[in-house]
Amino acid sequence: MPLIAVRPAAVLAGSGFRRWSAYRQAAIAGIFVNTVFGVIKLSILLGVADSAGGRVGGYDEVGLSTYAWMSQALIAVVVLFSWTELADRVRTGDIAVDLARPVDLQLAWLAADIGRAAWALLSRGVVPILFGAAAFGFRVPRDPTAWLLLPVAVTLAVAVSFACRFLVNLSAFWIIEVRGPVTFYVLVSGLLGGHLIPVQLFPEWMQVLAYATPFPSMVQSPIDLVTGQAAGSEALLLVTVQLGWAVLLLGLGRLVLRRATRRLVVQGG
Amino acid sequence: MIVEASDLRRDFVVRRKAGRLRRTRDVVAAVDGISFSIGAGECVGYIGANGAGKSTTIKMLTGILVPTSGTVRVCGLDPVRQRTSLARRIGVVFGQRSQLWWDLPLRESFRLLAAIHRLPALQWRDRLDECVALLETGPFLETPVRQLSLGQRMRGEVTAALLHSPELLVLDEPTIGLDLLSKERLRAFLARERRERGTTILLTTHDLPDIERLCDRILVVDHGRMAFDGTLPGLIERVGAERVLIIDLMEPEPALFDVPGTTLLQVEAGGLRQHLAFRPEQTTAAEVVAAVSARVALRDLAVTEPDIEDVVRRLYQP
Repeated sequence: MPLIAVRPAAVLAGSGFRRWSAYRQAAIAGIFVNTVFGVIKLSILLGVADSAGGRVGGYDEVGLSTYAWMSQALIAVVVLFSWTELADRVRTGDIAVDLARPVDLQLAWLAADIGRAAWALLSRGVVPILFGAAAFGFRVPRDPTAWLLLPVAVTLAVAVSFACRFLVNLSAFWIIEVRGPVTFYVLVSGLLGGHLIPVQLFPEWMQVLAYATPFPSMVQSPIDLVTGQAAGSEALLLVTVQLGWAVLLLGLGRLVLRRATRRLVVQGG
Repeated sequence: MIVEASDLRRDFVVRRKAGRLRRTRDVVAAVDGISFSIGAGECVGYIGANGAGKSTTIKMLTGILVPTSGTVRVCGLDPVRQRTSLARRIGVVFGQRSQLWWDLPLRESFRLLAAIHRLPALQWRDRLDECVALLETGPFLETPVRQLSLGQRMRGEVTAALLHSPELLVLDEPTIGLDLLSKERLRAFLARERRERGTTILLTTHDLPDIERLCDRILVVDHGRMAFDGTLPGLIERVGAERVLIIDLMEPEPALFDVPGTTLLQVEAGGLRQHLAFRPEQTTAAEVVAAVSARVALRDLAVTEPDIEDVVRRLYQP
């Protein structure tokens, strides 16, 4: 029997989508904030490019605009801020309810997260890109492989991000209060993933460091497909690396989950 | 047998501060060698004071807590190793936790659970219609769960636990916090579920009427050990729990210390109110009232029941 059948997975993904789309005002506020910070981020990057003579890290002005709006669009999709939903359920003991269901815990949460990401993409993803493209310009890839790979890359970015967040949240089984690890994770993943500035702008050693982590697979890789920083076989390599991280980290998550449930203590009631 | 537990034990490690840096490590047995079995179609009340080990046992039965030692089998499965398979065959309601999707309308939770359990549409729609009719959940099926009252939510929880027609229904304090009407409606529903479908029910409760109404057998756990396994009248007989008749009289009367089958507990207001204790197995409230009214003029009366905490306490303080 498969770990999770197609229909439960699809229905759980739908639940993720609907749960998050239930809060329209939050989405509107998120779109507004992501857009405002997009303008700020792009202004700084353009200032840097200007003082460097028009190009920086292989980006021209339209390239920087494309980077800025893609990276803003991905914030909510791959959750670059604090996410403690699973840890909260461990802390309150509600995880008992999840464990009492005839479904693989990790894959059920992954399915729901993909649904959540789909909603985020349609709301907080699309709108800032449309605004940015209209106001500052946006480079649409001309390479057809980029178009083919982009949906795969975004899905894998969500999977890698979920696998990381799942692992960070699982620490709640040992330490109960996860604010420390989560804050650290948000800081490091945002920086090394290429959310704050493109990874190409890092000094050499820091690029090496960044690519030794899964974080560029969450942010920089899908962006590189759109900006054309990676094309052809290079694009294929990026997606393969993403797939590798997703498999590795989800597998690690399963191992840790198995150990965690062995030591689970659901407190009170 | 639906449930078979043998010498089941679960320890917890408790760390305490003992000085500036030193910490002591104590092992506390929440469940300390419990054995019992439950046959198909039984309804068993699992009672005990807070911290006695009720919830710990239930978590081990449902496979979400690993026993320290001992064996347990539920529906013929090992709960920890076969948790997912077991989850298809049992329904669980944790009174203080929700299995419903907070942000979505109640109906959506049922649709999601049906998909998770891979129930054919025809089967679960009928089942849902039945539960909706009996528990009267129709008016708030489209309401997001977060907006439901406790009573409404609990009816949703029970429906959610029964949607896949489980062989065993485990209820951890299902009536906690409910008003009298909601409690009664839930009890009637559970009694019917058992009668019509032969569903085995295991419930923990602090509520004596839950037991009286539903259970033909009770297990009492205390400090992690099984203290009693039998019927409710058997338990009351064993501990000698008494009902108390409180009578208000028209005129102050001398103390009624010699009414047959009773013990005078208390006289208030110079004889206007008197408390008579009697054992249900020796006499009835009606006989006591008849005996009393033959001698004095009654104005009002009330009968108080032994509560479950009292019964359990008596089990240890004979």
